Amino acid sequence: MKTIAFAAAALLAVGISGAAAQQQSKSADKPVTVSAAKVDAVVKAGLPAFPAPPEEWQPRLIPDETMKICSATHNNPPKAQFEAIEKAEKAKIQYPADGNFMGDWKRGERIAQSGYGLRFTDYPARNPNGGNCYACHQLTAAEVSFGTIGPSLLGYGKLRDFKDSEVKAAYEKIYDSHASFPCSLMPRFGANKVLSMDQIKDLVALLMSRDSPVNK
Amino acid sequence: MYCSCSDDKSLHNKSELFAFKKRTEGLPVIFRTGVLVACLVVGFPALAAAQDAETERAIEKYRQMMKEDPWSNPALLDADRGETLWKTPRGPNKVSLEQCDLGKGPGKVEGAFAELPRYFADAGRVMDLETRLLWCQETIQGFQHADLIKNPHPGGGQPVKDTGAMATWIASKSDGMTFAAKLDKPQEKEIVALGEALFNRRSGPFDFACTTCHAEAGKRIRLQPLAHLITKDGAKVMGEWPAYRVSSTHVMTMQHRLVDCYWQMRLPAPEMGSELTVALIAYLTKNAEGDPISAPGLKR
Repeated sequence: MKTIAFAAAALLAVGISGAAAQQQSKSADKPVTVSAAKVDAVVKAGLPAFPAPPEEWQPRLIPDETMKICSATHNNPPKAQFEAIEKAEKAKIQYPADGNFMGDWKRGERIAQSGYGLRFTDYPARNPNGGNCYACHQLTAAEVSFGTIGPSLLGYGKLRDFKDSEVKAAYEKIYDSHASFPCSLMPRFGANKVLSMDQIKDLVALLMSRDSPVNK
Repeated sequence: MYCSCSDDKSLHNKSELFAFKKRTEGLPVIFRTGVLVACLVVGFPALAAAQDAETERAIEKYRQMMKEDPWSNPALLDADRGETLWKTPRGPNKVSLEQCDLGKGPGKVEGAFAELPRYFADAGRVMDLETRLLWCQETIQGFQHADLIKNPHPGGGQPVKDTGAMATWIASKSDGMTFAAKLDKPQEKEIVALGEALFNRRSGPFDFACTTCHAEAGKRIRLQPLAHLITKDGAKVMGEWPAYRVSSTHVMTMQHRLVDCYWQMRLPAPEMGSELTVALIAYLTKNAEGDPISAPGLKR
């Protein structure tokens, strides 16, 4: 029973944390509203594009449609928007041509440990981008320095009987978490081009392969 | 300068490492190792899961030790420097800042920080402490705005810049008080609402907003607990800034702290004194209304 509950919790993975984070803050006594155009202008003025050329940095300042909804609803979108996000984000997922979702868990462990990449001190890039998974998730028993924003992923593959369908689902969650859990707090690593397809496959191996320390 | 364990900074050289060891003397070795590992080499898979709770306890003990001797805070040296800077004739106009009005009248420093941010009619905008100090240096002393906001924050091991030193001293003059900014004028209400919108705004390659880390209680990044900044209780940490950060060996002000968050969010560094920074500080200060001020703070 405990195992089932744990599995269910882990299955909900990213979604739960997204939904739990929407505590309303002082909205009751907030008579003043600020227009979206005003917020956009303040962001543009306050965050000068640096250090890479503006064409790389400017798009970062403007939320896409999905992020607009998540920001406005405190990560708790109503049903229609929830479904619209699911659909839009599903369409963004690109799959490996050979249908193989599993890479190398050892490389995956290094990606999970690394928080390098895309910060303003990371230019020009000296290393591949990391996934920084441990910042928010427990993954292996050996690594005690893990965060708790996301659920523990310890035993992830084992709890799913290493099923092929779960391998694919893990790939989809890492590629674009909002396809499964709209307004999840987790980055869309594939859709936002943070990680390459091969790097995502390495992370899938870390979660789903039998010899990975995640499943020991 | 930055390390990938998010909120924390790495130690930079042997003398800092030595200072760090001195500060942590008497703590269990596991903790010293734990912090260094967490901070320096993210993910040194050495410690067993069973030791997790012990590590947490050791970190708490470390925090208590830092607080036990308030005079050990190196930020007080910067506060002294800030006081001298405030009173010394400087800039092209060779005048001191003693005519600077922080909201309670020209030259009145006592309790001024506790009532900021506020709307200043002379400037026509809401300002936090550091933004007001920029404005006073420009209008009274004749400094150029562009010079003041170019590289406005210290790197690892460097002393806090002049504006930050003055902010540290002025904040220390509200030590023991509570946050009491009124924030009830239309311009103030608007900037608080703007700050809330910015706090919730998700964008960039990681889809992060401030809320990603700071809108839920009891969470942490790696081993670093996160402040639940949308509640009065969680926003208590606002009263600990400006603070001396042991791990980066300098005073960090709130304007500088925001830069750190935007770095982590994979967004550009916010410009010092911009409306964006004032709005976020106003929103967070509103959340911290009534919370105690114990500045300057001392952080890991």
